[in-house]
Amino acid sequence: MTDEPAIEVRGLVKRFGGRAVVDDVSLTVAKGEIAGFLGPNGSGKTTTIRLMCGLLTPDAGEGRVLGHDILTEGRAIKREVGYMTQRFSFYEDLTIEENLRFVAGLYGLDDARRAVSGTLADLGLTSRRGQLAGSLSGGWKQRLALAACIMHRPQLLLLDEPTAGVDPKARRDFWNEIHQLASGGLTVLVSTHYMDEAERCHRINYISYGKLVAKGTVSEVVRDAGLTTFVLSGRNVTRAAERLEGMDGVDQVAPFGNTLHVVGKNADLLRAAAERVAKETGCDLSPSETSLEDVFIQLMGKARDNMQ
Amino acid sequence: MSRFFSFTRLRALLSKELIQMRRDRITFAMMLGVPLMQLMLFGFAINNDPKGLPAALVAPTQDRYSRAIVTALELTGYYRFTHPHASAAEAEALIARGDVSFVVTLPSDFGRRVDRGDHPALLIEADATDPSVASGAVSTLSTVAAEALLREKGIEAQARESAAQSLEVVVHRRYNPEGVTQYNIVPGLLGVILQMTMVMMTAMALTRELERGTMENLLSMPATPLEIMLGKVLPFLGVGAVQVVVVLVAARAIFGVPFLGPLPLLLLGVFVFVSSLVILGYLFSTVARTQMQAMQLTFFYFLPSLLLSGFMFPFRGMPGWAQALGELFPLTHFLRIVRAVMLKGADTAAVAQPMAALTLFAIGFAAFALLRFRRTLD
Repeated sequence: MTDEPAIEVRGLVKRFGGRAVVDDVSLTVAKGEIAGFLGPNGSGKTTTIRLMCGLLTPDAGEGRVLGHDILTEGRAIKREVGYMTQRFSFYEDLTIEENLRFVAGLYGLDDARRAVSGTLADLGLTSRRGQLAGSLSGGWKQRLALAACIMHRPQLLLLDEPTAGVDPKARRDFWNEIHQLASGGLTVLVSTHYMDEAERCHRINYISYGKLVAKGTVSEVVRDAGLTTFVLSGRNVTRAAERLEGMDGVDQVAPFGNTLHVVGKNADLLRAAAERVAKETGCDLSPSETSLEDVFIQLMGKARDNMQ
Repeated sequence: MSRFFSFTRLRALLSKELIQMRRDRITFAMMLGVPLMQLMLFGFAINNDPKGLPAALVAPTQDRYSRAIVTALELTGYYRFTHPHASAAEAEALIARGDVSFVVTLPSDFGRRVDRGDHPALLIEADATDPSVASGAVSTLSTVAAEALLREKGIEAQARESAAQSLEVVVHRRYNPEGVTQYNIVPGLLGVILQMTMVMMTAMALTRELERGTMENLLSMPATPLEIMLGKVLPFLGVGAVQVVVVLVAARAIFGVPFLGPLPLLLLGVFVFVSSLVILGYLFSTVARTQMQAMQLTFFYFLPSLLLSGFMFPFRGMPGWAQALGELFPLTHFLRIVRAVMLKGADTAAVAQPMAALTLFAIGFAAFALLRFRRTLD
């Protein structure tokens, strides 16, 4: 094995009914990295992931996943990739154990019985092995799906919004497990909406309306966005918000509890506007760090402008 | 492990299908209960040669001749005089309403003309909206009526003499001398029942995975199209085998259908037929996107295959183009095999042609299904 990246795709295009759902996306994920894949709903995350694991054929573009050509070597890719779908896609009318056995059989695992019982033990599901998958709660379904994806010891995990509808505790456990797997050399590409999850990734890729609009580490992405943020606090933040909305230099106004985050691209204009409003409404003004969420909201707005 | 086929993967797919089949209790019960129910229902209900049909008699003067004719007609088994004293107007109303299938009219001078040796005439009106209802009854008619009259006049000798002079036609109704409809219907029902369940169940195979969202997962794992097809189709061969046993035992025990040919030959025919059906159903499921579409496709296929296969109506009675169309249905060929083997005691050579046709169907459908199979979600 060389230092070839786990994923290297260039210029991927996928159209559905004439509309480019994925538009010229290039993506590189290094081995052993946890790459975050972010973007609003319908931005093309799922489609991109499906293109990479051979579930969809790209209309244009090329690339290699684990050294295999995505256009011609789908079969080899499938064997070495674990893909966890957005929607629970195991058999609800099969028990946990039967689902795992099915997966073990399809991957032709040498000692399927041991793999299944080992996985059941890892999950802490040995006592509930006979329970139908359909009767599991969201968190357990997600754990089962993850377990089934990694049972054949893939080199690359593609996780499509794995934590949607899962409680915070389960989410944290899930991420701990992902980090543990990555430290064992597994490469992970995970799509998500959640900012706290994005911050748990080594690198993030932001896709919007089919286009990749930002990539890098979290601090790189925040820095590259070049945004300035102020926080207003006081009793009159609601009135301040009304005043600030639409003023020159103010791109985002977002209330956070008793404070107000004001974000803008042009630092001078933003400062002027914020100071004026702070004085008028008697709020305190202080500079603040720009958060990843602020960046994403900004990127989303920009991408929409590009579309129109 | 081979690239295109592995028994491990097939075994995994098969056991998954079997578990799902077992868990879906209602479907499972239907697969076994429906054949028996349908066999009973249709086996006892369908009759191509209806007897005891209601008839009205219009005879202003009832005498021994009219009584003789009525008795003779009733003895054929086809007529049952429900309205023996109808007037012409009443009879017209009865047949128009459909209360009687026949109106037998004897003119008022019927008896006198018979005595005189004149040419007596009698009119039989049949409700021929359904030709098969009228045909059996009408075909027996002329000889029966004539013989009845002659017998009544006491000139039977003369009757026999006149019959002897004319051409003697010997008719052998072979394979089913009594014309028992069930002998024809019950073996045919085997084909129809198998077709119904086999095609419909397998047509759901892939569409169900698509609708439940499990297809995405299945496709992202290394199962090949051939393995997936066999995994979906083979369990139904087992279901088909059970249905075959049920229907054949019932055919023998309940309907007393003769079983003249070799059983292994029949089972071979059934096997090839069921194979072609499950693969056809699977082919439907590669075409349809939803279970609803699969269901509709199946029904679009059912009706023509039922009506053009020779199950309900005589195959040879159809125009050439319809016969050509009928040849395209596996059911047509299976009916030839099952009727030939069960009723005629046919040997292998006699059914080689339909057998070959069914084999071709199975292979052709399989090839087409594998080509149609979408390895991606495109």
